[in-house]
Amino acid sequence: MAVAAESPRPRSRSLVRSALAPLRDPFAATGALIYVTFALVAIFADVLATHDPLEILFKPDGSLVASVAPGREHLLGTTNLGRDIFSQLVIGTRSALIVGLMAAVVVAVIGTVVGLVSGFFGGWADAVLMRVADVALGIPFLPFVILMAGFLGPKTSNIILAIALLLWPNTARVIRSQVLTVRERAFVEAARVTGASTWRILFVHVAPNILPLSFLYGSIAVGWAILTEASIAFLGFGPSDKVSWGYMLQDAYASQALSRGDYNWFVPPGICIVLVVVAGFFISRGYEEVLFPKLKD
Amino acid sequence: MLSSATRLAQMLFVLWIVATILFFLFRLMPGDPTVAYIDTNFTEEQVQQLKKSFGLDRPLREQYVIYLGNLVRGEFGDSFHHRQPVLKLLLGVLPNTIILTLTSLIVAYVFGTLVGAWLAWKRGSIAEGIAIPTVLTLRAAPEFWLGMVLLAIFGFKLGWFPSGGANSAGANFPSEWSRIFSRDFIWHLTLPALTLALYLQGLPLLLMRSNMLDVMSEDFITMARMKGLSNRAIVLRHAARNALLPVATAFALGFGASIGGNVVVETVFSWPGLGKLLVNAVASSDYPVAQGAFFIITVVLVTMNFCADMLYSFLDPRVSHGRRG
Repeated sequence: MAVAAESPRPRSRSLVRSALAPLRDPFAATGALIYVTFALVAIFADVLATHDPLEILFKPDGSLVASVAPGREHLLGTTNLGRDIFSQLVIGTRSALIVGLMAAVVVAVIGTVVGLVSGFFGGWADAVLMRVADVALGIPFLPFVILMAGFLGPKTSNIILAIALLLWPNTARVIRSQVLTVRERAFVEAARVTGASTWRILFVHVAPNILPLSFLYGSIAVGWAILTEASIAFLGFGPSDKVSWGYMLQDAYASQALSRGDYNWFVPPGICIVLVVVAGFFISRGYEEVLFPKLKD
Repeated sequence: MLSSATRLAQMLFVLWIVATILFFLFRLMPGDPTVAYIDTNFTEEQVQQLKKSFGLDRPLREQYVIYLGNLVRGEFGDSFHHRQPVLKLLLGVLPNTIILTLTSLIVAYVFGTLVGAWLAWKRGSIAEGIAIPTVLTLRAAPEFWLGMVLLAIFGFKLGWFPSGGANSAGANFPSEWSRIFSRDFIWHLTLPALTLALYLQGLPLLLMRSNMLDVMSEDFITMARMKGLSNRAIVLRHAARNALLPVATAFALGFGASIGGNVVVETVFSWPGLGKLLVNAVASSDYPVAQGAFFIITVVLVTMNFCADMLYSFLDPRVSHGRRG
């Protein structure tokens, strides 16, 4: 990162290096390992799932395979309506990661662009964008997502949209303040003197230096988005035909799994959420230590 | 003082924009523009009365002005399902939400600051190595799932706590205060408050720890050490006092954020609060209630953000809200 910050024109190689540097931190490495594992599960979900996650299973004698304890045939048992819990968990990984990554990308891109423009140009663009950010930060997060999902329809895209609409200001503010310091640096002045255009300076000289911050906020947003999607699905505003961890928890709650003590049903999805979100925390910690080495001591 | 006025203006601006967004959100919904306030099974008399008080037969521009006036007066219309004014419903559940939020925040912040300060003291120890990942993990756990696990164990399995609600069925109290201070209420409050506190303690803990580490390296601490003060006196009287400032601000911010964030925990424990009211209203298309609940949650959030700002400059005079300083 230090190399990227000082060289006047960081090449793509140093960009990759700055993106991967945090992984030397043991916490960040653990986080990355968790991400990779879940990504593999999501990719090979169809192979790993032992049953159709929504199929109601029957025994040969015609009775439901309901509330079966974990065993060899059903690794995590079955729901009260005879659905295979392990298969739901595996397939649910996919929707969790899709929501997390898409929301993170949208948040990081909007936040970065707004922060760059706001910090670099200043003036009225800055004033307008920062007032919009104030408004977005004044809107209660979860209630807003509930309203959007409730009124625009329980679709994953609406949930991602709502998350993105409210989460970008944090990223934008931090990036803006970073841009304010970067644009005063000598190499930016040098580029200006050699006659580089404003946009070239912005995207070629300034942007690469704040990119690690975008990664940092992106990795935090992954966890937030997954948590939010799970909460929305749990409240019953998620897509009802798509298996997700939040859907599983809602199903378990509504089917009185708590009073029956079906821990095999409602504990695993929660643990998966915790692992993915913690992985995001750990990775962002790695970025923080690289970005703000002062914190390290 | 001018700066406080600017902040106040900014706060009102945010509220006005949110109110405007709500106005359009509820009028862009499919169907007749009156669906936001009028249910199909209201009586003719009720319909006429609502049309009149919200100006629903007038142009959108006039409706907007009437709408803003109504918001200021707390007139949100009538609930489709509860057959009573929205404001009455909101005020009825507000105490439950405020008490749940305050209890959990106080527990979380007392615990968090104490343990955070202690961990700063024990920097590099095994205790720190265990505590930090544990705290991060608790912060990563979805509140509603934490609540479900606690409910399954302490509510259903052990039977120590009730499975939901704020009061036992059929319980009668002479006044709101006697209800809130009854043993029955506190018994119902324990699990949801504990769930929230488990989630909330992470922020004050981590904040207090890093502030303490910062403060401990400052000159006046070295000075205190040179004066020969005991470690205890240094930590309590000098370091902790200064490290507490940002934590106090976080408390105000946390209160604003939790009022809205409580939604899921209130649902898990069937806690009759604002969040549960909002969720039920959205699920059953009870638009006036949804709008009112959302607006109240926003007012609390924005007001607490404002208070946090003021508190910050009050506690730390170096922070000025005037010109850049």
